This record gives sequence, structure tokens and C-alpha cells, in this order.
Amino acid sequence: MTDEKKKINLTIDGIRVEAYEGEMVLDAARRVGIDIPTLCYHPAIGPIGSCRVCVVEIENGRGLPASCVTPVREGMVVRTNTEAVREARRTVVELILASHPQDCLECERNGRCELQDLAMRLGIRESRFHREKEHKECDTSSPALVRDADKCILCGRCVSMCSEVQNVAALGFAYRGTDALVTPMFERGLADSKCVSCGQCAKICPVGAIHEKEEWQKVADLICDPDLHVVVQVAPAVRAAIGEEFNMPAGMPVTGKLATALRMLGFDAVFDTQFAADLTIMEEGTELIERLKMKGPLPLITSCSPGWIRYAETFHPEFIPNLSSCKSPQQMMGAVIKTYYAKRAGIDPDKIVSVSVMPCTAKKFECARPEMNASGQRDVDIVLTTRELACMIRQAGIRFQDLPHGEFDAPLGISTGAATIFGVTGGVMEAALRTVYEIVTKKPLGKIEFSEVRGMNGIKEASVDLGGTEVRVAVAHGLSNASKLLRHINETGERYDFIEVMACPGGCIMGGGQPRSQDPDIAEKRAAALYAEDRGMEMRKSHENIAVACLYEEFLKKPGSDIAHKLLHTTYESADEAARVSRKEAM
Amino acid sequence: MSPFIRAHILVCSGAGCVSSGCHEVYDSLMHALENEGILSEVKVIKTGCIGSCDLGPTVLIYPDGTFYQKVKPEDAKEIVEEHIVKGRPVARLFPRQAEGEPCKNVSSLNFFKKQVKVVLRNCGVIDPENIYEYVARDGYEALARVLTDMTPKDVIDTIKQAGLRGRGGAGFPTGLKWEFAQRVSSDEKYVVCNADEGDPGAFMDRSVLEGDPHSIVEAMTIAGYAIGASQGYIYVRAEYPLAVSRLTHAIEEAHKFGVLGENLFGSGFSFDLDIRVGAGAFVCGEETALLASMEGKRGMPRPRPPFPANEGLFRKPTLINNVETYANIAPIILKGADWFKSIGTEKSPGTKVFALAGKINNTGLVEVPMGTTLREIVYEIGGGIPGGKAFKAAQTGGPSGGCIPESLLDISMEYDTLTKAGAMMGSGGLIIMDEDTCMVDIAKFFLQFTQDESCGKCVPCREGTKVMLDILTRITEGKGQPGDIETLESLGNTIKNTALCGLGQTAPNPVLSSIRYFRDEYEAHIDEKRCPGGVCKDLVRYEIDAEKCRGCSLCAKACPVQAIYPVAGEAALADASGGEGAHKPKRRTYEIDNSKCQKCGECMSVCRFDAVSRR
Amino acid sequence: MASDVQAKRPKLESVGGECKCHGKLPDDRFTKLHDVIEEYKDKPGSLIPVLHEAQKLFGCLPEDVQQFVAKGLGVPESEVYGVATFYSLFSLKPKGKWTISVCLGTACYVKGAADCLEALKKELGIDIGGTSEDGLFTLEGVRCVGACALAPVVVIGDTVYAKVKPEDIKKILAEHVEAHSAEAHVS
Ligand SMILES: Cc1cc2nc3c(=O)[nH]c(=O)nc-3n(C[C@H](O)[C@H](O)[C@H](O)COP(=O)(O)O)c2cc1C
Ligand code: SF4
Ligand code: SF4
Ligand code: SF4
Ligand code: SF4
Ligand code: SF4
Ligand code: SF4
Ligand code: SF4
Ligand code: SF4
Ligand code: FES
Ligand code: FES
Ligand code: FES
Repeated sequence: MTDEKKKINLTIDGIRVEAYEGEMVLDAARRVGIDIPTLCYHPAIGPIGSCRVCVVEIENGRGLPASCVTPVREGMVVRTNTEAVREARRTVVELILASHPQDCLECERNGRCELQDLAMRLGIRESRFHREKEHKECDTSSPALVRDADKCILCGRCVSMCSEVQNVAALGFAYRGTDALVTPMFERGLADSKCVSCGQCAKICPVGAIHEKEEWQKVADLICDPDLHVVVQVAPAVRAAIGEEFNMPAGMPVTGKLATALRMLGFDAVFDTQFAADLTIMEEGTELIERLKMKGPLPLITSCSPGWIRYAETFHPEFIPNLSSCKSPQQMMGAVIKTYYAKRAGIDPDKIVSVSVMPCTAKKFECARPEMNASGQRDVDIVLTTRELACMIRQAGIRFQDLPHGEFDAPLGISTGAATIFGVTGGVMEAALRTVYEIVTKKPLGKIEFSEVRGMNGIKEASVDLGGTEVRVAVAHGLSNASKLLRHINETGERYDFIEVMACPGGCIMGGGQPRSQDPDIAEKRAAALYAEDRGMEMRKSHENIAVACLYEEFLKKPGSDIAHKLLHTTYESADEAARVSRKEAM
Repeated sequence: MSPFIRAHILVCSGAGCVSSGCHEVYDSLMHALENEGILSEVKVIKTGCIGSCDLGPTVLIYPDGTFYQKVKPEDAKEIVEEHIVKGRPVARLFPRQAEGEPCKNVSSLNFFKKQVKVVLRNCGVIDPENIYEYVARDGYEALARVLTDMTPKDVIDTIKQAGLRGRGGAGFPTGLKWEFAQRVSSDEKYVVCNADEGDPGAFMDRSVLEGDPHSIVEAMTIAGYAIGASQGYIYVRAEYPLAVSRLTHAIEEAHKFGVLGENLFGSGFSFDLDIRVGAGAFVCGEETALLASMEGKRGMPRPRPPFPANEGLFRKPTLINNVETYANIAPIILKGADWFKSIGTEKSPGTKVFALAGKINNTGLVEVPMGTTLREIVYEIGGGIPGGKAFKAAQTGGPSGGCIPESLLDISMEYDTLTKAGAMMGSGGLIIMDEDTCMVDIAKFFLQFTQDESCGKCVPCREGTKVMLDILTRITEGKGQPGDIETLESLGNTIKNTALCGLGQTAPNPVLSSIRYFRDEYEAHIDEKRCPGGVCKDLVRYEIDAEKCRGCSLCAKACPVQAIYPVAGEAALADASGGEGAHKPKRRTYEIDNSKCQKCGECMSVCRFDAVSRR
Repeated sequence: MASDVQAKRPKLESVGGECKCHGKLPDDRFTKLHDVIEEYKDKPGSLIPVLHEAQKLFGCLPEDVQQFVAKGLGVPESEVYGVATFYSLFSLKPKGKWTISVCLGTACYVKGAADCLEALKKELGIDIGGTSEDGLFTLEGVRCVGACALAPVVVIGDTVYAKVKPEDIKKILAEHVEAHSAEAHVS
């Protein structure tokens, strides 16, 4: 870009600060080490300006403006730490607490709650105020999420996230004044709304008002049952972030420690979802080649993100024929564990508890979908989020950051670098291209990295020459970007052959079950961890995975075979259609 | 067509008079004229509000300017037969001044004498549904001049020089606002008229919309030309159906007349108008909330900047002005900035319309030059307080404003002095309160209002006003505690300083200003558990003065909860104890059991001997 | 409750209680609503006007009507619900035959509107927002109808009653029922 943003000089707490036109006072202050407290502000969404915790004093200005929504001006003189400012902030937080349940000890967010932290930081010992608030039942209707409206502080983060970033608008404000609520339409449960379970709301909620349905205690109990064989698989994105839960710097690779921790927790076998990611590439690559040959239906659209799948089923059923029939890696792995692995290890699949650790809340929804039982049982029994696993690790007294390196169990723990980058936007596309290119052209790839599909641009496009045929690909992450791309296709008829969509902005590294972070660069840091890991791997293309090759040889025969289809592929249904059918059944 | 018009009969058809039955009066006037066979010689016009709505239905007869009040359909015959035909005005329908003198002519009525009509120039004078009447009073001439002789810059300069300030509340210089909107370049811009008139107790915008809708159409078109917009919207509150229908009619007429639409006056400039109807939310008067509402969303304000002039309706540059502000535009263009500046004060030129209501003899709309004192308005125009009661305070600016105590009766009514006094001009609601008003109760009333109307977005307003309201409620229930006043003050100031929009930023004003001027009333409630105004039900006691009571039992019969019981007179008591009063005749009186009493006041109103008192 | 007023009130079958507009298609009101939506569809910001029209058709905005509007205009359901609950003129519940709006604006309050409201509450045996048992009256508080000079003001249906005193309430209600009972019988 050529048009440089205009520079602006201002003074904050006596420090001269250089900022850019359009930048907010808060960002400028934070850049020079002045940490103005915030509550509704979050870098992943546009500023809201509802909590008024971030107020500051501006010379010659009226009142105390909120720094997160006040743009810098030339010559502005800002003070962030006057008595008036401190008093106002304290009062505002006391007002929030006035109607807040304050049952921290029994709260999911205890110890990791932004409101609690804020109260502590501002030195609030008691709220001078109290207000009765009407009690609302906790909404547990969704298989993925729990909403406890009593704890909601109406900051509006989730509403922005769900409507603006995810374009779902399952959650919205209703009523006004002290009756104001954040709720799905008609105050129904989330399960009755258009929620796609992406969990972005839960990840961004500053308090315990929305969180994943916690199941880690159940897993801990099952592990103790000697009759059961509890296996675990862990998704690529988890290793890019779980260290943050243990105060390790973001972007630090912790794969080996993760394997060790899982073993210490007592899982009977520790597998890597990356194995299934390679398997996915084999199946999906084959599907792509088939569809390119048969000329349709194109574009083929990836299906490893259950949040995205639900979105397509709900909002863009016209693209259902374009969805890859491949299950997500988690579900493929589940099906393989209860069939191939059970047979090989000589364990009754009935006695296997298949747990997966995911960056994702939608996976909780996915594993509960009725069609996900190709193995004869539930393919995956329990899904834990990265955050839940961290809870388990803490409870077990494991000092994660100090753990030695461990390995996943073979064969379902063997994977390639292509599988690793599944966790980041563009990764599935890149992994697929690495394999498809070599299969189609029968030539080794010169440059293995497809930088056009990397990075955090919402929609990325590229053209790839597959030995004479030009393949047009696109990558979208975050559902509003996905919808933008699909609408563009609907409106212009632009041709694409292959599209990757990830529901979460940034891909799974930024999934709804990942550690919460306010670092504006967090996505890049986590992505860097995965790309680094990929670079360090011996095998970097899915078709080079010998364990996957073995699986085909011993069990699945070849990609796209009947048995592969039975176990690794699935079908979709328009949400409207599904609702109609279930209504009929109910009648 | 008749060559000779004997008289004009103006029948006020403002909303006030409609509810007092002016349509029926109109019908019977027409009927009577027809009976006399002079229908073609007399023009009967339904006008907008002339301002003195409590005297409605009002009828004005020209050329002589006779003013009739509280006209009933049965009076029509007499008016026509006596006044129109024989030239003998019907004296019994003249309004009376406070001194009791009946007053025949509209111009000699105190209520109108001091008024200077700029904004309300056509209200009550023309038929709002007839564009020709507007045109006959120089209507659309300003637009013609602007489109043919003036550049957008000329227009803006004129408005700037006139020093017109926004009448919607904050008093922001209008010319400057126009200039901001004009400077932004954009493929589309909008002109919006804020006709949400949310202040409960103000109805000047309504009167203009109903009585002179073309003045708004014309001014918005001028604004469109000045800033470079081709589309305007008028956001009217749904509670004003008559205003909506008159505006709709005016827009249609203006189209037909060629003063709205494509290529106006051959200038190449095109402009169109649409009406949007609100749905009952005070906060939608706030400009960013208003825009959200026009976009079909919840009326939640957003932080400014960006200001609407840069990013407004559908994210396009948008000029928002109040009805009364627009109503000033055409006269300024026609008569010039200097003329405008000659009215009012230096910092607040022009006039202001106040909606005079509450405990005052003459209620209604009054338009006076800025800088008129409150005393003039209350005593000269308003005719003082009914029942000879004492003036206690005036509330200006509605729920965003504050009260002005008796000691400040000589305050000059203009933007800056009012703000300095802790009140606010606001939209011009002016509620007069007498000695029987409880200032704590009034503060609570306003806070209840803002609290109900808070959009709920930001913490200080959503939670803070509720906490303040709870405290005030406690105080009025006699459960006030030491320290409550200080908490109200500090919380009020925090809310003012930190709330997101004007609603929250001004919500504590009525409380803070009443504490400022009537702290003793708060203290009486808290420390003495006493309501000096005798309003707070939990703090008042009804008592029967045994000396005055004649024992008639009316009160006991009237009491809905049987709280009044008979007692033998003092003499009897003395008798029982064998004291000296034993020989005096017994007299039965009544007493009130205050633990049962519901404070309905019934006993006091039925007692013919003034024996029941409230304290 | 005042029995004299009560006795005069005709019983109404068609209002009160549950809304009758649930899923009972074909319902020509939906056809009409469809036309309204078609008319507004391409105009930006048309949700509020459409909800006004919908409320005119149905008397209130039950869930299926809101869903119909959401689908028709392509606005998320949560947003329609958010708007319908934000504005006080939209009602999710059916209302009585006549709405009694007591003005609680400043001018009216100062002149004793609160006492009129109390009298109405007592007379009808309902609170603000409630509908009388016979389905005739819904009681509401409004903020200024712009007739402040006539304070206190009570609006019943389309009729404005000016300078109302609490003791007039009984009479006003009776008169209103009397004057409008013909239409009440028809519906
Ligand atoms: C809570 C609130 C309510 C308001 N209500 C109104 C209103 O009813 N009418 C109005 O013209 N301005 C109202 N305003 C002021 C507007 O935001 C805006 O300043 C005004 O319409 C600008 O027009 P002006 O410059 O002509 O005054 C309100 C402001 C606030 C904060
Ligand atoms: S949300 Fe935070 S402050 Fe509230 S109860 Fe939970 S931990 Fe405590
Ligand atoms: S923080 Fe305080 S209240 Fe909470 S557990 Fe510890 S001692 Fe108890
Ligand atoms: S999980 Fe996703 S879709 Fe569901 S409410 Fe949260 S943000 Fe919206
Ligand atoms: S649920 Fe959480 S994120 Fe959403 S508004 Fe409430 S507190 Fe904020
Ligand atoms: S992008 Fe990843 S984390 Fe997000 S919903 Fe899809 S699979 Fe789950
Ligand atoms: S001040 Fe009140 S009305 Fe304004 S944004 Fe905040 S909550 Fe809403
Ligand atoms: S005020 Fe009313 S309740 Fe109290 S004693 Fe008098 S009549 Fe009875
Ligand atoms: S009405 Fe008056 S005089 Fe009669 S009993 Fe009551 S207090 Fe006494
Ligand atoms: S963080 Fe700035 S207002 Fe909430
Ligand atoms: S409405 Fe007739 S004088 Fe105001
Ligand atoms: S305050 Fe009641 S009509 Fe204005």
C-alpha cells in the first residue's frame, strides 16, 4: 500500500507518543506500556465502548471519555491515572458487581475471569451498591456450550463476534435498560437457534456467562475405570496454544510435552489427530481429483470444520453438493480407532472410550451428530477443549512447562508436516495441494510451501498449475468471510475448483476451545508455531505418511474404497429440511 | 368563487384542540354559515395550534382578531348570527386575564403580547393542509432564492452569520454543522430532521409539524442544497399520528407544486423526502440512536466520533437537525442574518419556543426572544401560579435538565446561563412547580423516566441510574440514610462523566440540581422523615384537628380502609378520671389511625370544616 | 372492581388470552404481511416499518410473525426479536380491545397523572401492561402525547380525555364502553 497513514503526536501521562490517524487512545497508550484497564474491548472485534472501564482524562475535554473508542488527535494531552479516573473506574466496576452473582468459587472462570481480575486490580474490596436482577435459568440445551445469563455483564463482545465476525447472529440483545439481555431469539435455548457451535463467543466472553460444556471431570473418572480402554487423540492446533495456559510464551511448540502430559493423565493410548489429517488429505485429494475429472460438482469445499459445516447447512444449503463428503479428521480418527485399532489391539470396541482434545467446541456438537457412528458405536465419545485439558493437567498436579518430551503412540500417532498445518487457515489447502500436485503430475514438488494461501487475510486466492490444468483455489476463514466468498460466487458465478473454509478466524489455532488471549498478534504467533513444526518434520506430505499407507494396505484398501466410504465419509442435510423432518417425526 | 370575503374564521385544529372537540365546532360553524347562506363569504380554516391549548377549542376571527376560548359546538350558531352577521362579538366566550378582565382581542392578551413568532409564524394562522396558504405567506420563497441566487457556501455563511444554534438540546451552531457535512465528499449524503420530540412535557415540534409542515419541507430542501444531499428523512415519533399525516400530505403537495423532487426551479438540484415513524423509545432522539433506528436496528447510541456529519445514516455523511432549528431557516434566508441577530441575545440569537406546563395559569406554547427572563414567562405570559400558591421551581430541559429555584427567577433564558445554573435549555419543556411539589419526588420521577428509557448499553447509565433511583425511592419511603445525599452526588457525577451518550450524561441532572437548590428538602426526608411538599405518601400523615372537628362522620364514611374512628371528646376523658371537666357536655370527634391510613386524601377532601390536615 | 362498569362490558371472544395466530395457515394476514414485506424488501432499514405493519395486522408480534418477517427481509431472527423488544410500541402479547394510555409525561405527572393511574389500576384490577379480565382494556403508561397543556391526559383507543381527575375514571370508562359497545358487539 502506498498511502501511508498520517502520523499523529500526542502526550499520554507526560510521555510523547507517536500514533496513526484513526488509532484509538487505548492502543496508543498500550504501545508505550500504559496498560489502561478494559473490559468490553477485545482486539478480535471492533471496539464497543459499553463498559466505560477504560475512561481517561483529556485536557480541555468534557467528562471522561472511553479510551477504546476515542481516536487520537494531534496535540492531545491524555491522563490515564488521575484520582478522578481511578474513582470513575472503581465506581463503574462496583456498578457491574452490584447485580453480579459473585459466586466465584463455583464459577467456571474462577481465577481466569476478566471481571475478577479487574476488581482485584482496581482494589475493590466491596461494592457499595446492590441491585436485584431477575434470575434466568442456565441454558444447557446445546451439546457444545452453556450459557449462564446471570453472569452476563452485557459487554456485547459475544454479540459482535457472533453477528459481525461469524455472521451467524444467533445471539443478540433484547429488551433495554436494566431488562436488557443477551439471548438467542425469543429467549430460546442455543440448541434451538442458528448457533453453529463455533464457540467464538465462549472464547471471547470476559466472564463465566458462556463457556463450553465441561466434560473433563467425566474423562478423569473414566480413566480410573480399569475395565475401560480410554484412548485420546489430540488435534494439531492444541499444541500451538496449550502452553499459554501454563504461562509459556505464545507460539512455543509443546508437542512433546503434550504427549507426555496425556500419558501421565493415564490415557491408555495417546494418538495424534494429525494421523487422521493425513488420511483426510488422501481421501479428500482423491475426491478432488475425481471431481476435477468428472467436472463437478465444483468447487469442492473442505469439510473438516464442523462449525463451517453447520453454517453451510443452515445458511447456504445450496452449497451442500459442493461439500467434500469426507468426515473431519477427528471423526475419521474415531472411526479408525473403534475398527482398525480395536481389531489390531484386540480390544472390544465396546470397551474403548474415545476421547479427543480439540481447539474446538463445534467438535462437541459434531461427535454427537447421529450419523457419526460408522464404527457401530459413537465414533468419538467425548470431546475436550484445549482449555479443559489444561484444567485436567492442572488438577493432576502436572507442571506442564517442565515436562520432558514424549511421543505419540504408533501407528495412529504418526503424521506429517502437512497434517500439522491443518491447524491454521490455509493449511488444509496447502496440505492437499502438496499431495494432489504430486499425484496428478507424478512429479515432486519444487517449492513445497504455498505462501499465497498463508497469512491472516480473510479471503485468499491462488491458481495452481496441475500439469497443464489450472486449478483455482480460495481460502476463507471466519464465517463472515466464508459467506462473503459464497455470495460472491452466487452473484458472479466466478469459477473456483477447490475452497477451504474454516469457521474460526485464523483457523483452528483460534478455535472456540483455545486458550483465551487478548494479544492482537496471537493468531500469527500460533501459526508460526505450526509452520515451524512443519519445517522441522521429516515427512511433509500426507501421501508420504507410512502409517497411513499401512492403514490402506491392511484395512481400507485404497482412498475412496467402499470401506473407506463407509467409515470416513458422511452426508449433510439442510438445517431447514432437518427441522422439518424432526417436526414431522414429533407429530 | 365569491368576490368578497367577509371574514376568516380560524378554528384551531392542533392536537390539543382536537382532543377538546374542535372538529365538532368546525362542523357546527359550517352548518351555521350554511343556514345563514353566507358560506361563500366566510372562509373557515382549520389551523395548527396557536399555543394556548388549555383554552381550546379556540377560534380566532379576522379581520378584527377576536379570540374565543373553550368554544362548544352549540356556540357556533351564536358566533355566526351575532358576530359574523351582525358584527357583535360574543363576549361570554372571551378569555379572561388573571385580573379577571375579559379580553377580546388576541393581540391584547397577555399570553400573546410578549411573544415574538418566528418559528410559530404560521401556526394557528394558515391551513396546514393547503400549500397555497403557506406560499401566500412567503412560503418557498427562501428556497427559490437559495436555488436561483445563492451558492451552497452563501447559504451556509448566512446561517453561520445568523448564529443559529440547534434547538434540539445542545445548542450546537447550526451553520458549523452544515459546513462539516458540506465539506465531506461522498456519493450520497442525507438530511435528517429529528422530530422524535422525546421530552415529556414539550410539544413545540409537534405544533410546527402539525401547523406548518411546509416550513420543514422547505428548510430541509435548503439544507440538502447546502450540503449536497438529495434525500432527506423525517423521523417522527409514533405518538404523533396527526403530524405524520400532515407531513405526508405536505410532501405530496410539495411534489405537485414542484418544490420537491427533480430539478427544482430549473436549478438541476433534486431533493426528496421520506418519513420514518419511531416506535416508542426516548433514546432514539439521540442522534446516533436515531440513525440506528432509521437503519432498522435497536436504538442504541454509538460512540462519537465518527460524527454523523462524517459517517451517519447507512454510513454516509448525514446532517441532523431538530424541527425547531429547521423552522428558523427560511426566515433567516429571507430576512437576513442581521435581522435574526437582532432578536435574542448575543450568544443565543433568535427566539425559543417553550412548552409552558405544570402549575401555571396559562399553559401552552410560547415563543419569546432568547434572554427573556423566567419571571416574565411565568408571571407575565403564564399568568402566575394558580390558587395563589407560591412558585417553587421551574424544570427546564425535561429529564436531561434541571430545576431553577425562585432565587433565580430573573435568569435570562438562553443556552449558557441555563447550563451554568445546572439546568439546560433542552428542547424547551418548561414545567412550573408550586409549593405543593416535592422536589425529591420530582427528581425521582425524572430518574425513573431516564432509567426506563436507558438503552442498557453502557454500565454507568444502565446500572448507575438504577442504583440512584433505588436510593431516591428509599428516601421518599422514609428509609433514607445519612450519606445518601453524598452517594447520589458522587454517583451522579460519575455517571455524567462516564456514560456513553447524552441520555446517561444528563440523566443525573435533575437529581444533582435539586440537591443543589433544595438540599434541605432531601435532608427533611432523610433526617426528619418528613416531606415538606406533602407528596411522599409514606411520609405524610393525615390528622384531624379535634378543635375543628364537628363529628359529622363524613370522613369516616369516605375512608376506604376504615381508618377513621370516633372518640369521645376530651371532656369525657376528663370525666372518667373524675377531673374538673366532668360537667362539660361531651363532644364526639373523629381520629385517624395512621397505621391503617392509605393516605388517599379522601377525608381531607370531604371534610367541610377544614378539620383534616396533612403534614 | 367496579361492578357497574363491569356489567356493561360485553364479553369478547376474539381478544384476550392466547393469540390465535399460531401456525393456523392459510391465514390471509400472512398473505398480506407477505405483500408488505415484498414492498419494503429492497429498501434499507425497513424492519421497523414492517413490524409496524405486522402489528397492525396481527395486533401484536407473536413468534411466528417475527420469524416470518425475519425470513422475508433476510434479517436474523435474533435481531428482529431484539428490535421488537426494544421499542415500547411493539407488543409480543395480544392486547385488549382498547388500550388505555395514561400519560406519565412531566406535565401530566405534575398535575397528578400518577393518581389517575392508580385509580385506573384499581378500577380495572390490573397493573401497567396488563389486560383486564374481560379482554377489553390494556393499561399502559406513555410518555407525553403532546397535549401537555391539557394535563393530565388519558387516551383510550383514539379518544383523548383531558384534565382527568381520579374520581372521573369510573365515569370515563363507563362512557367509553357505552359509546363503543356497538362495535364491540360486532367483532
Ligand atoms: C437522550 C437524548 C434525547 C434527545 N432527544 C431529542 C429530540 O427528541 N429531538 C431533538 O431534536 N433532539 C434530541 N436530542 C438531541 C439530538 O441528539 C441532536 O443533538 C439534535 O437533534 C441535533 O439537532 P440540532 O443541532 O438542530 O439541535 C436528544 C439527545 C439526547 C442525548
Ligand atoms: S464470572 Fe468472574 S466474577 Fe463472576 S462469578 Fe465467575 S469468576 Fe466470579
Ligand atoms: S479468595 Fe477469599 S473468599 Fe475466596 S476462597 Fe480465598 S479466602 Fe475464601
Ligand atoms: S457458538 Fe458461534 S454461532 Fe454459536 S452463539 Fe457462539 S459465536 Fe454464535
Ligand atoms: S455473554 Fe459474555 S460476552 Fe456476551 S455480553 Fe454477556 S458477558 Fe459479554
Ligand atoms: S475452525 Fe477449527 S476450531 Fe473452528 S470450528 Fe472449525 S474445526 Fe472447530
Ligand atoms: S448512556 Fe444510557 S442510553 Fe446512552 S448508551 Fe449508555 S445506556 Fe444507552
Ligand atoms: S387519607 Fe384516606 S385512608 Fe387515610 S384516613 Fe383519610 S380517607 Fe382514610
Ligand atoms: S368530616 Fe371533618 S368534621 Fe366531619 S367528622 Fe370528619 S373531620 Fe370531623
Ligand atoms: S473497554 Fe473501553 S468502554 Fe469497555
Ligand atoms: S391545539 Fe389549539 S391552541 Fe394548541
Ligand atoms: S406530559 Fe402528558 S401530554 Fe405531555
